[in-house]
Amino acid sequence: MSVRKTKHEMPEQPPQERIKNFKEVPYGYIKEIAIEEAKRCLQCKNKPCMKGCPVEIDIPGFITCIAQGDFDKAAEIIKAKNNLPAISGRVCPYESQCEWECTLKKIGEPVGIGRLERFIADYEREKGKKPPKKPKSTGKKVAVVGSGPAGLTCAGDLARMGHAVTVFEALHDPGGVLMYGIPEFRLPKAIVKSEVEYVKSLGVAINYDVVVGKTIDVKELMEEYDAVFIGTGAGLPNWLNIPGENLDGVYSANEFLTRVNMMKAYKFPEYDTPVKIGRIVATFGAGNVAMDCARTSLRLGAEKSYILYRRTEAEMPARAEEIEHAKQEGVIFKLLTNPIRFIGDEKGILKEVEYLKMQLGEPDDSGRRRPVPIPGSEEKIAIDTALVAIGQSPNPLIPQTMKELKIGKHGNIIADDDGRTSVPGIFAGGDIATGAATVILAMGAGKRAARAIDTYLKNK
Amino acid sequence: MYPIVEKKVLSENVKLLKIKAPLVAKKALPGQFIILRIDEKGERIPLTIADSNRKEGTVTIIFLEVGKTTKQLGTLRVGDFLENFVGPLGMPSEVKKYGTVVCVGGGVGIAPLYPIVKALKEAGNHIISILGAKTKDLLLLEKEIEAYSDEFYIATDDGSKGHKGFVSDVLQKVIDTQNVNMVMAIGPIIMMKVVSNLTKKYDIKTLVSLNPIMVDGTGMCGGCRVSIDGKTKFACVHGPEFDGHKVDYDNLMLRNRRFIHAEGEACKLAGAQ
Repeated sequence: MSVRKTKHEMPEQPPQERIKNFKEVPYGYIKEIAIEEAKRCLQCKNKPCMKGCPVEIDIPGFITCIAQGDFDKAAEIIKAKNNLPAISGRVCPYESQCEWECTLKKIGEPVGIGRLERFIADYEREKGKKPPKKPKSTGKKVAVVGSGPAGLTCAGDLARMGHAVTVFEALHDPGGVLMYGIPEFRLPKAIVKSEVEYVKSLGVAINYDVVVGKTIDVKELMEEYDAVFIGTGAGLPNWLNIPGENLDGVYSANEFLTRVNMMKAYKFPEYDTPVKIGRIVATFGAGNVAMDCARTSLRLGAEKSYILYRRTEAEMPARAEEIEHAKQEGVIFKLLTNPIRFIGDEKGILKEVEYLKMQLGEPDDSGRRRPVPIPGSEEKIAIDTALVAIGQSPNPLIPQTMKELKIGKHGNIIADDDGRTSVPGIFAGGDIATGAATVILAMGAGKRAARAIDTYLKNK
Repeated sequence: MYPIVEKKVLSENVKLLKIKAPLVAKKALPGQFIILRIDEKGERIPLTIADSNRKEGTVTIIFLEVGKTTKQLGTLRVGDFLENFVGPLGMPSEVKKYGTVVCVGGGVGIAPLYPIVKALKEAGNHIISILGAKTKDLLLLEKEIEAYSDEFYIATDDGSKGHKGFVSDVLQKVIDTQNVNMVMAIGPIIMMKVVSNLTKKYDIKTLVSLNPIMVDGTGMCGGCRVSIDGKTKFACVHGPEFDGHKVDYDNLMLRNRRFIHAEGEACKLAGAQ
């Protein structure tokens, strides 16, 4: 029997419908389709897909269970390595990780590993998750700073090793970027909360409203806990540094998305936090965050949503699926454009952006062709809102208050692959150590750090 | 959840709440602020700390009812709870011996000035306080601030108490008659602008405390960015105090009006309920 060459489609909300709501775009596989998709897996002996997984999931193992219809066992296999599968099954760039390595790519599309992970996570959530048996307590206490993907993963794994874990979160909700950054239509907040509940069911305590570095500092944590993991993320927004960036109407992607996602400004005035976007929105940047901004704008009622990017589609850092979704929804891509100034009216309210057209020159340090301005190519477009989505830098609050920690030149905490920092007992991972990266890489870092912390505690 | 343990109505639109928040109280220093959220549908708003008590584990905030959230906050009573109360945020005031320090407070800005006056006095400074308000009923913490001041002046717009006119008139007189080493000014943006313009002429170091719109308060959103000497700074992590001579006050006024339309809508709806 020949293998089907393409992945089974995952049904989605039609673009014209979904831009009017914040509901999730893909619906996920139904049981029968999931089984069929799982049957495409060749069960390669050398398991190439696993090489691409930052959290070491036994991918062929759980796929076999799905093919056999044993979804509970599949969930167990995933959960053995990943406490947050409903999240990674939605936001992981699997096309460049596990699926990139899939043998089926030689004849067509890889197995829909991400879709299958999501299917199992959703199956388990709907059925009601049962926490694994509580391990024997080691009597050791670990503090985890930040409840984003790195912190939650590290906390969950440490709890399963028998350590008492307390997470300190600065905001009022758990999840970090999963809650404030990624929009509801891509990662429903009820799912984040449910995954967090699972981590709590492992015995993890979460303290909100605690800004480590301000409310309490790392040294104080070290007095009370046997080890500390820092996963505070890349919180500080980068700016274009062009004139007019402080006009009314220019937001960082972080502010815009936090207002909409975490503070639920899309439900204003039922929720108190407002957001104002007008008719025409321009997003600067072309990563996943930029796609989130442009697509969110449409859902808030923007008539036009532009993405301005100084390179071409081939260099865009966003996942292919996000770019595709943005295009389907009518986001207008103005490529090879570089903004040079924002122009306001007499009251200081944004009304236009001026940009230069670019062309691609020689490759730069990143290996991508460097965009070069075309002289005299200035153009302007009328806009009401500008969303600056050109990346984030590590949050400086902890480095500022903990001078002993070695800091890299971008403000990141220097840590080895297993999260060990320059101070024994203090570990760090995720964006605070690497600079802005992906959810799954942060989860992988949290996982390795949990193991390193366990070893450290055993030898202490 | 953070319980309200004391409430005072200071004037028609100005209220004081003492909140039980031991972790915040333990660390709070003059010049720092907190962010609160009343309930799960609420907005996060920053308020500068007016006082704190480590022993009691309490933090005092004083606020003017200007928008939906502050008006709702004003209706809460002792025994009610706030959903979130985070802090202390921002950099504390640089408290040291400057010599003669003039502390200028306007309107509800007098509240955060109080702990700074206290600390500067305890650091051995000669304190000249100038408090201003529209009318005498709107003056705050007169006795408290006077107790830590070597010289104490009041200015009201309507002349109902003290000098009739602005705090800057009194400050001008002080500068004319004695050597001033530092000026600390907290109040409406326009007051801080006028004070800074005045002291700039005499090259007197001037610090102001800014209160822009914020969301997270930890450096993440950049909503509170202010232009200081042409450079973008975040009031939440770099401030809230800045060199008064370097602040772009006009941009701050503009940015603080960003959501004025939505604010009106929210207030109207809340009023209708």
